[in-house]
Amino acid sequence: MPKWFNPAAILCGLMFVVSPVLIARAPDESAMGMVYKIYYYHMPSAWMFLLAPLVCGFSSALFLMRGRAEDDRRAWAAAELTVLFGALTLLTGPLWARRAWGTWWVWDARLTSSLVGWMIGWAYLILRRYGGPGSDKLAAGVALFGAVNVPFIYISVNYWRTIHPPTTVVPRLPVSMGLPLWFCVFAFLLLFVLLMTMRLRLEHARTRLDALYVALDE
Amino acid sequence: MTTGAVPRLPSTPFARTVWMVLRKDLTVEMRSGEIAYTTLFFAVSCVLIFAFALVKEGRAPDGGAAGILWIAILFASTLALGRTFERERQAETLRALLLAPVPRPAIYVGKLLGIIALLAAAEVVLLPLVDFLFTARLFAHPAWLIGIVVTCTIGLAAVGTLFAAMLVRTRSRDMLLPVLLYPVVVPVIIAGVQGTSALLQPAFDVAVVRFWLLLLVTFDVVFVVLALWTFEAVMSD
Repeated sequence: MPKWFNPAAILCGLMFVVSPVLIARAPDESAMGMVYKIYYYHMPSAWMFLLAPLVCGFSSALFLMRGRAEDDRRAWAAAELTVLFGALTLLTGPLWARRAWGTWWVWDARLTSSLVGWMIGWAYLILRRYGGPGSDKLAAGVALFGAVNVPFIYISVNYWRTIHPPTTVVPRLPVSMGLPLWFCVFAFLLLFVLLMTMRLRLEHARTRLDALYVALDE
Repeated sequence: MTTGAVPRLPSTPFARTVWMVLRKDLTVEMRSGEIAYTTLFFAVSCVLIFAFALVKEGRAPDGGAAGILWIAILFASTLALGRTFERERQAETLRALLLAPVPRPAIYVGKLLGIIALLAAAEVVLLPLVDFLFTARLFAHPAWLIGIVVTCTIGLAAVGTLFAAMLVRTRSRDMLLPVLLYPVVVPVIIAGVQGTSALLQPAFDVAVVRFWLLLLVTFDVVFVVLALWTFEAVMSD
């Protein structure tokens, strides 16, 4: 592991310990009271859910152009994070929606495109798991379509009539709400980087082990 | 020696390759009719099953026709895509195509046009059938209907052709094609369903139909450009 990993992991753990305190001390929202506070975890996980397919798509494009294994490994790790943060987003969102909108789920543009993005992440992983030899390049092709979906998810709330809050909400938040939110964003970003590093490290070790087995056989 | 019977080929290598791949696919299909007939039969069966299940006492559910039309086309396209490339795999003709000194994107465009032609043939039968069984008045605005159907079919076929070609050397290709294809084409199908639904409304709103049509055109441009670039890269082995 790199030298910075352990201090960063401790910092990340501390941030997640402190974050509930900051969230609890943030003022209640006028219409929903305390329940809106799921937003402090929902929005950062949703941002990571947008970041992961972009990393996956960009790494896949590099892999298709240069053919380097580390690009492929990064894409694979990012696809797993797409599924992980997608699950967090799609779990925390309905908890908020039940109180805010009176329903767990609506088929509007933001929710539908998010679900599609999550499904593309799953499709990538299924292809890697069951596609057999050569599935790395095929999965890279799928990842590009997953990345293209990201801008669509982001702008969907501004172009369609939807009950999901638009992208203009965050800049308008008062400091008392914005501070815990950005704290959580950095905590999730750090978690994202740590998980990515761990996953890359694992895959690198696996590749080296495979190479050693091959060398031993020869 | 006469050259009258020889068709004139397009002048550029790209267009010539597209034409030859398309003509090859259409000639094989004209002689066997295998994919066209099976796809059409499957799509018609889908529509009939939906009609049996949903049409009660001659009344179809509101807004159901558009969804059923595009579900039938989506399912039928999966069948056609899988079978088209299975044929290439069995005869090793895809390898021959890829070994040929021609632009790879031209091979993709040729296959794409072949799939679009097959789906168009199925749609020529499906549209009147859905119109009749679901009393949907699909042909009230024919120009808009053609626009929606053409753009949605191109979007569906653009991704489908790429994925089916990618998976041709994969062992679980029949299982993986719908797994990969459906999540990616869901936005196209949603736009197709919404655009077709807008055509069926008693109060026809041209702005709504135009919006969905423009969205479909956007999807087509993005998907075709992405697929053209990806095809070259993923078929390089």
